[in-house]
Amino acid sequence: MKEKVNEIKSRIKIDLNVDDLNILNDIKTKYIGKKGIITELSSMLKEVPSEERKSFGMMLNEVKILFNDTYESKKQELEEALINKKLESEKVDVTLPETDITIAPAHMVERVIEDLEEFFISMGYQVVEGPEVEKDLYNFELLNLPKGHPARDAQDTFYIKNDEILLRSQTSPVQVRTMLANQDKTPIRIICPGKTYRRDYDDASHGHQFTQIEGLVVDKDISLAHLKGTLDAMARHMFGPNCVTRFRPSFYPFTEPSVEYDMSCFNCGGKGCNVCKNTGWVTIGGAGIVHPNVLKNCGYDNEVYTGFAFGFGVERMTMLKYGINDLRVLYTNDLRSLDAFRRKDV
Amino acid sequence: MMKISTNWLNDYVDLSDVDLKELQNKVTKSGINIEEYQDTFIKNLVIGQIKEVTMHPDSDHLHICMVDLGKETKQIVCGAPNVKVGLKVIVALPGAILPNNFEIKVSTIRGVESNGMLCALYELGLEEKTEDSYNKGICELKEEAPVGEDPIKYLDLGDVIYGLDLNPNRNDCLSHLGFAYQVAAVLDKKVKLPDTTYEKVSNQSDFTLEVDTPLCPLYLAKIVKDVVIKDSPSFIQKRLINAGMRPINNVVDISNYIMLEYGQPLHFFDKDKVGNKIKVRLANDKEEIVTLDKKLHTLSTDDIVITDGTKPICIAGVMGGLSSEVDYNTKNILIESAIFNPYNVRYTSINEELRSEASLRYEKGLNYEYTYAAMERACHLLQKYANGKVEEKIFIHDNIDKSKKEQSISVDKINKVLGLNLTVNEIKEQFRRLDFPYTIDNNIFNVTIPNRRMDVSIKEDLIEEVGCMYGYDNIPSIPLKGNVIEGGYSPFVKYRKDLSKFIRTLGLDETRTHTLINEKEAQEFNYFHSSLVKIDKPMTIQKEYIRQSLIPSLLNVLEYNQARLVEDVKIYEIANTYSTLEDEELKLGILLKGNLINNTWQNKNIKIDFYVAKGYVTAILKYLGLTKRTKFEVTNNIPKELHPYVSCEILVDKEGIGYFGKLHPNYTKEDIYVIELSLSKLYNKKVRAIKYIEPNKYPNIKKDMAFIVDKAIKAEDIINTITKEGGKILTDVKVFDVYTGNNIADNKKSIAFNLTFEDYTKTLTDEEVTKLFNKIITSVENKHNAILRDN
Repeated sequence: MKEKVNEIKSRIKIDLNVDDLNILNDIKTKYIGKKGIITELSSMLKEVPSEERKSFGMMLNEVKILFNDTYESKKQELEEALINKKLESEKVDVTLPETDITIAPAHMVERVIEDLEEFFISMGYQVVEGPEVEKDLYNFELLNLPKGHPARDAQDTFYIKNDEILLRSQTSPVQVRTMLANQDKTPIRIICPGKTYRRDYDDASHGHQFTQIEGLVVDKDISLAHLKGTLDAMARHMFGPNCVTRFRPSFYPFTEPSVEYDMSCFNCGGKGCNVCKNTGWVTIGGAGIVHPNVLKNCGYDNEVYTGFAFGFGVERMTMLKYGINDLRVLYTNDLRSLDAFRRKDV
Repeated sequence: MMKISTNWLNDYVDLSDVDLKELQNKVTKSGINIEEYQDTFIKNLVIGQIKEVTMHPDSDHLHICMVDLGKETKQIVCGAPNVKVGLKVIVALPGAILPNNFEIKVSTIRGVESNGMLCALYELGLEEKTEDSYNKGICELKEEAPVGEDPIKYLDLGDVIYGLDLNPNRNDCLSHLGFAYQVAAVLDKKVKLPDTTYEKVSNQSDFTLEVDTPLCPLYLAKIVKDVVIKDSPSFIQKRLINAGMRPINNVVDISNYIMLEYGQPLHFFDKDKVGNKIKVRLANDKEEIVTLDKKLHTLSTDDIVITDGTKPICIAGVMGGLSSEVDYNTKNILIESAIFNPYNVRYTSINEELRSEASLRYEKGLNYEYTYAAMERACHLLQKYANGKVEEKIFIHDNIDKSKKEQSISVDKINKVLGLNLTVNEIKEQFRRLDFPYTIDNNIFNVTIPNRRMDVSIKEDLIEEVGCMYGYDNIPSIPLKGNVIEGGYSPFVKYRKDLSKFIRTLGLDETRTHTLINEKEAQEFNYFHSSLVKIDKPMTIQKEYIRQSLIPSLLNVLEYNQARLVEDVKIYEIANTYSTLEDEELKLGILLKGNLINNTWQNKNIKIDFYVAKGYVTAILKYLGLTKRTKFEVTNNIPKELHPYVSCEILVDKEGIGYFGKLHPNYTKEDIYVIELSLSKLYNKKVRAIKYIEPNKYPNIKKDMAFIVDKAIKAEDIINTITKEGGKILTDVKVFDVYTGNNIADNKKSIAFNLTFEDYTKTLTDEEVTKLFNKIITSVENKHNAILRDN
């Protein structure tokens, strides 16, 4: 009997060393099934003389435990192998192309507009828009540009009806509308982005349709220094902490004093390069202190209030920012070039 | 561009110790932009003489010239009509760099070698390029010009020329003298005035002046007799050339010279052709005059004319008449120095297409002091260089208000606007340099504005003058302070921005196209059947109308990209459109073509079709919270460019807000889907604020039903029946299958629905749901002649 148990014990590991779960189960039946050899031995226990029964029982128990342990670990091993095999059969080629999930970008001009809007909103500006088909009154007359004024030459305009209705040549009429609409004549801080139209032939740097952002601040004691501070902050926001602006004297009928402003060249840092035509400066736009006639025309007391206004072309800013050298690119909408813009700006 | 000869400028302000390059910078900073700096010296220019001329074998206008350059003879091809043997010419040799960085190189012109270029003065930047100067061809030098020498040196045209890019208000700098004041202020020097002295002969001519219009406030006339017409002295010729004008003869040159000197245009009449009277008046309607350029002009009552008492002999401020022209036989001259209403001159010169250097100056306004001075100066020069005898009497019509222009400005106001802390003395210094006389009383400057500065009148103008002189570079950079105002987008702008961003997350690329389109485009996709808005004077027929639909523009973008083999196009644009002048309407246009999802190697492409387009429409309306108020209907409003059976109108609260669908096969053979929505209309649909709804605690029951119905029956109608019958506990109905084909009669379709039942107050029992379910089936069967499919 004992020999038999020992023999079984010595064969367990050998018998259980299989590589198939089904065979493993067969062996389980063979050992501990209803007619299994260990089961049979257990049933023979009562035939064992009582003085040996205890030690034999213990022996038999040991074998049972051995079998169960060995079986369980083998089973686990084989099951794992099976799962691995299944997983392996599902292996993908990670280099095959994806199913595309399109991320669509904003238009380049819109990106720059939104960036600047965010900047100005953070400084307490309202973003305001107005109609593109405008009255001559708002586009010119209330802006201190009466009919026949030679300065209208610089803004050759698309008229629609009787010299009274036009496609706005600037976004300044939005400033006029905002000042007129402000019944209480309280301080104003706005920017007005929008489409504008002039009779220019479309070429690398001109377009009959373009986009302006204008800003207007009306408050007490507003000076050119505040204008410079604002434009400097915008320059830093757009082109980095070292970017500064400079003023050059200029003339606009709706501001007095008037300036043109340049930004130090972001490309060369002011040393001179082809972006700035070796001047170290890039022309951005026009600005100035709001002409007292404009304030008066819009119902503000020009003895109490002063203001500054500035404007610039968004296309130009976009071209500078993304290194585009032909303005027409911004209106052809070549979808191939959009790929670069599916990511965020730095 | 106003050209200033610094050589000439030196007459009025001493430049002998001045670095002209540095001056350019300083003057620009002071407010007059000197955009161009041109040294007339050009290397590799030489005087040559044409020895031989043959026609180019391959051209009807090019000549092959053999040109003697002194040391050698070179072959040069030239297209000018005036080349001839013996002519002395200006030759630009290889290596010469002409204005605009045009470098001369050895080249082959239609197979013939050319070793340089024969030049016209405008090609050397010494004359304006006009039709006239172009037609005259290359510059013809005098017989005595020394071959082999530098032509600029020979012509004594060595000069530095400034090109002024003037702001429209600075008409004072349309003259050398006016510009001299600016330079003098910058250099802190004094201006020296030109010589206006002359001998007078006692008056003999019989002459009367009459001005019969308030639009001519100042008219001066003077008679100079016995002039001798000949070439101008060389200094006048050279200065005119360097300032961009072509010398003609002494009399014409003197009038141009004075215009460039004082900014006051003069007109010289042949006194004998005019007769004994000048009358200035408004033209009669349809009155005619032939001008110096031999063109007939028909005038209107807005034009000012100079007449001989009866007929016009000059269009005031614009151009003289041919009948009173000074020619080589002219003996006696009538000088006109006058001021006309700027608006009228502008109107006339634009209308008659006769804008000139003179009209430009009249229309910007003139300083009456110079009107007088220019007259005196003309007399001086005509006496000196045309042997004229100046009659004593000056005929004057003068209605000019000569009161002093004064303005006061406080030190405080100057500093407040400029953001500076200038002292009284610093401000004094600026006005002294500007030569603006002033007095000071209690920190308030009372400034007399010189008449030459017509651009200065209000306080702010004086502040600008002080600022420019002191230097804008000195203005500090100060952050804006003051009351904090809440920033942000105005509501409609915010609405648009949010929606635009949402549409991008749907994978549509934003485009930006032009508002102006052509007539064909303007007529298409006319959803509102409205009239077109047209521009008065379009630049091209391609940009003639303001669009009322964005779809034609998007189709152009599609076409452009398809030509570049972009296959899938999913684009949108949001822009204002106009159906009438008052109706600005913000629209959203979407164009879809190709695949929505691409995965070719797995065979999982999803092609864009009507229902993908509907998916976009629904996603947008869902974003706006309007799906439940939306209906899709086939109506007559759908533009004719759409497929009549694969398109529909979108109604929100029963109002048409747009349409979508496939393009008509007659319009395009391709599968293109378009969507156009009025965002202005959608914006007016108010929605409630979002409120949280707790998910149902009790389980729901889902059940399917399928019917065979007539093909023509709309899914929505069956759903309505189901919903009505289902009542409160039926919370959702979805179509999950539509089938035609095998086992279904030709005029029938099978349509299957998935119903969700739930009750927020209790767990539903199977019996009650089944009972309701069967009721629904019966109702659909009865209402839609449907047959339940048993699965």
